[in-house]
Amino acid sequence: MRRLSIYFLLTLAALFFLLPLYIMLVTSFKTMPEIYSQGILALPRQFDLYAWRHAWSGATIGASDQGIHPFFINSFELVIPAVIISTAIGAINGYILTHWRFRGANIIFYLLLLGTVFPFQIILLPMAWVQGKLHIAGTLIPGLVMVHIIYGLAFTTLFFRNYYVSIPHDLVRAARVDGAGFFRIFWRVMLPLSTPIIMVTAIWQFTMIWNNFLFGVVFTNSDQQPVTVAINDLVDTVTSVHMWNVDMAAALIAAIPTLVVYLLAGKYFVRGLTGGAVKG
Amino acid sequence: MAHSMMQRSGGKDQVIAGLMLSPTVLAAIFFIYAFILWTIWLSLTRSTILPSNHFVGLANYRDLFGSSRWWRSLSNLGIFGGLYVAISMAIGLFLAILLDQRIRGERLFQVIFLYPMAISAVVTGVAWRWLLDPNFGVQAIVRSLGFSHFQFAWIDDPDFAIYTVVIAAVWQTSGFMMAIFLAGLRGISPDIVKAARIDGAGTLRIYRRVILPNLAPTFFVAFILSAGLAIKAFGLIIALTGGGPGYSTNVPTIFMYVFSFERGEMGVGAASALIMLAIMMVVVVPFVILDARRKV
Repeated sequence: MRRLSIYFLLTLAALFFLLPLYIMLVTSFKTMPEIYSQGILALPRQFDLYAWRHAWSGATIGASDQGIHPFFINSFELVIPAVIISTAIGAINGYILTHWRFRGANIIFYLLLLGTVFPFQIILLPMAWVQGKLHIAGTLIPGLVMVHIIYGLAFTTLFFRNYYVSIPHDLVRAARVDGAGFFRIFWRVMLPLSTPIIMVTAIWQFTMIWNNFLFGVVFTNSDQQPVTVAINDLVDTVTSVHMWNVDMAAALIAAIPTLVVYLLAGKYFVRGLTGGAVKG
Repeated sequence: MAHSMMQRSGGKDQVIAGLMLSPTVLAAIFFIYAFILWTIWLSLTRSTILPSNHFVGLANYRDLFGSSRWWRSLSNLGIFGGLYVAISMAIGLFLAILLDQRIRGERLFQVIFLYPMAISAVVTGVAWRWLLDPNFGVQAIVRSLGFSHFQFAWIDDPDFAIYTVVIAAVWQTSGFMMAIFLAGLRGISPDIVKAARIDGAGTLRIYRRVILPNLAPTFFVAFILSAGLAIKAFGLIIALTGGGPGYSTNVPTIFMYVFSFERGEMGVGAASALIMLAIMMVVVVPFVILDARRKV
């Protein structure tokens, strides 16, 4: 009886969490007339792919009617260098902060720790000015990539720092006695032990950067925008008829990469969530 | 001899370490801390579309706090933040307790509760905008079940639209709260629980008297993270309501964006960003410091 009510409540909750995804999916496969005639819960009578095709390559976003795909590609062009660079620097930083401790290392650590909780509104205006001076304002590469690398560093450094703390000092000391230097120890001792934290950090950064909206909307213009900004533009564009099916297809397209990562590597994603702070 | 050689090479490596770390330190000092000072300066100047060095004292703050739109943004943050933090923590804790009862299919439930966290806030906003649309969404569904006078048009109602933001935000992150609480529950030593059970305590009593008090650090973390998310919420609200109807769902993040980048009132925008920072400091930083003390 008690067991039964636990499963009942969990199933109810599961339905609540799944409902929006279900409705997005079925809506994206319907035609607009069908959306008007059927309730939004109903399954599509036939799977119509028009909304997906139109969202991908036909819908008007900003000044072009190429659909969401150029922006989808933008997001990949943004995410790949930003994740690789911020993860690599974070690994080196974490290694230094744990195994090459020097005076002030703690202060640096706390400066970075605080950097993860500030609302980003506080840096938007100077950053916009600096990007203007560097003539990279409005660009995806290098403008937005640079912003994401800089503000990802605090997170990636903390991830690696917290992971490397648990690696015994003696391992590093032994390597030094054997004559290994700074870089050699990093390559030969630390990196081989780092696969799990690299996964956590890379997946975390991928998700955060892909999903970010604020930096995208502030620091990029028109055809340089990432996909999150583009879907908002698409949905916001006032036309005579609101194409809900196209909106839902576009939103799903924008969600697919992070959902796939989540389903394939959920355990690393969760570790990142529960281990790190969260930036909006 | 060997010792002194190691010292020397250690010294050299120490220098390399310092050099390798310095770009990040300089970046943090410049792009975070100098930028904060810069924003403080901007908030004291007559900066409009372009930054200006014309000092105007606290005039921007007077404008800010003289603006009904700003007050609405603050009170919305209070309503949204308070409800969102309380509800998502409550749902998260409840789900975590349910999942902690040695449930079959625990993994599957976890995957379902957490997937919204992998999705962007903008997508969440778009999805819920569709679900909350009175002509198609929840109102239409309930009406089609025969309740033809059922009303649920909060998203179009300036007095209630802010609560739709709560619904969507809770949907997106209560699974995350669940994960945090579940990790906390799993971290409690089974021995304490076993001892209480031997003393004859029932499950409810064990939770109230033993488990929840031991979960205090987890409550801390959950509060810090959800309060931080509430203060930073932006994309979700933009995609869900666009800050409207009118500016009934404006929050400080939206106010700051609109004044700085759309209305060309950079000084006021900078002032609003500073108030946001102050709110964050007051709400979050004491907890972060306490938490860091506990860990170090």
